Amino acid sequence: MSEQHNDPLIIAGRSFQSRLLIGTGKYRDLEETRLAIEASGAEIVTVAVRRTNIGQNPDEPNLLDVISPDKYTILPNTAGCFNAVDAVRTCKLARELMDGHDLVKLEVLGDEKTLYPNVVETIKAADELVRDGFKVMVYTSDDPIVAKELEAIGCVSIMPLGSMIGSGLGILNPHNINVIMEDCKVPVLVDAGVGTASEAAVAMEMGCEAVLMNSAIAGARNPILMAHAMRKAVEAGREAYLAGRMPRKKYASASSPMEGTIVGK
Amino acid sequence: MQIQLNGDNIEVQDDASVATLIARMDLGERRVAVELNLEIVPRSLHAETLLKAGDRLEVVHAIGGG
Repeated sequence: MSEQHNDPLIIAGRSFQSRLLIGTGKYRDLEETRLAIEASGAEIVTVAVRRTNIGQNPDEPNLLDVISPDKYTILPNTAGCFNAVDAVRTCKLARELMDGHDLVKLEVLGDEKTLYPNVVETIKAADELVRDGFKVMVYTSDDPIVAKELEAIGCVSIMPLGSMIGSGLGILNPHNINVIMEDCKVPVLVDAGVGTASEAAVAMEMGCEAVLMNSAIAGARNPILMAHAMRKAVEAGREAYLAGRMPRKKYASASSPMEGTIVGK
Repeated sequence: MQIQLNGDNIEVQDDASVATLIARMDLGERRVAVELNLEIVPRSLHAETLLKAGDRLEVVHAIGGG
């Protein structure tokens, strides 16, 4: 549909057709990762930055050979960082790794049990990174005031969690996400929490600009099929949002005319 | 001399550079980034950046993550 094609997602001045961003963690192997990304239609793909002695199998190709930066927008994350200093170091390493590419996903976590964002450290890191020229897509809580602070700092996208990372519990506080979207001038993405296709559609129907997920796809029994389901859910949700849902009514409203029935006289 | 590489103490030759160390790590064509004592060492400077005793080096790459 033409409307769909005229409806790009714009992040930091760059235009994308897909509103589904996906992570590359937790897959069985790089081939499954590659197939899932293809099935999802995602154009922005997150990666983690780790010491070379971690995740290094000399027999396996490099992730960036399989997911080429020529084909995808690589979004390095700061997952695993629990303070601003480590997150900033990780982003600088990522920028060097990606030959100066400065789009990053900032996440500074509070603890391992909840992986809930530490917003104090997140704000500190965002401030330093923006001043250093990074384009920061920031993972945060669904607190509207924190979202405002991060937008004021200059983050290019605000990404509140739907629920805890990897929990698959869906969007637990849609009201807060709505409040964040009401005032926010940069794209608001739901990042984390989506468990299945309907939940991705819900996020998009609410008016979120995009959805970022990893576990919902990688943790499915058939990740490639789920990646395709998510692609359709995000597209369907976006179109439903643009179309505008019918008003909710308290009682029935017949779809067929009541006149001219054979019932009665 | 001793340096710290990715958190481990290792022994390197006195004239070792960032480039010779990376070559020794057998990373093949892998795309890596290097931080030396908390400062990024751009790829173009790997060969001329010499290591000294006690240096702390991080060599990272991209792996799957969400």
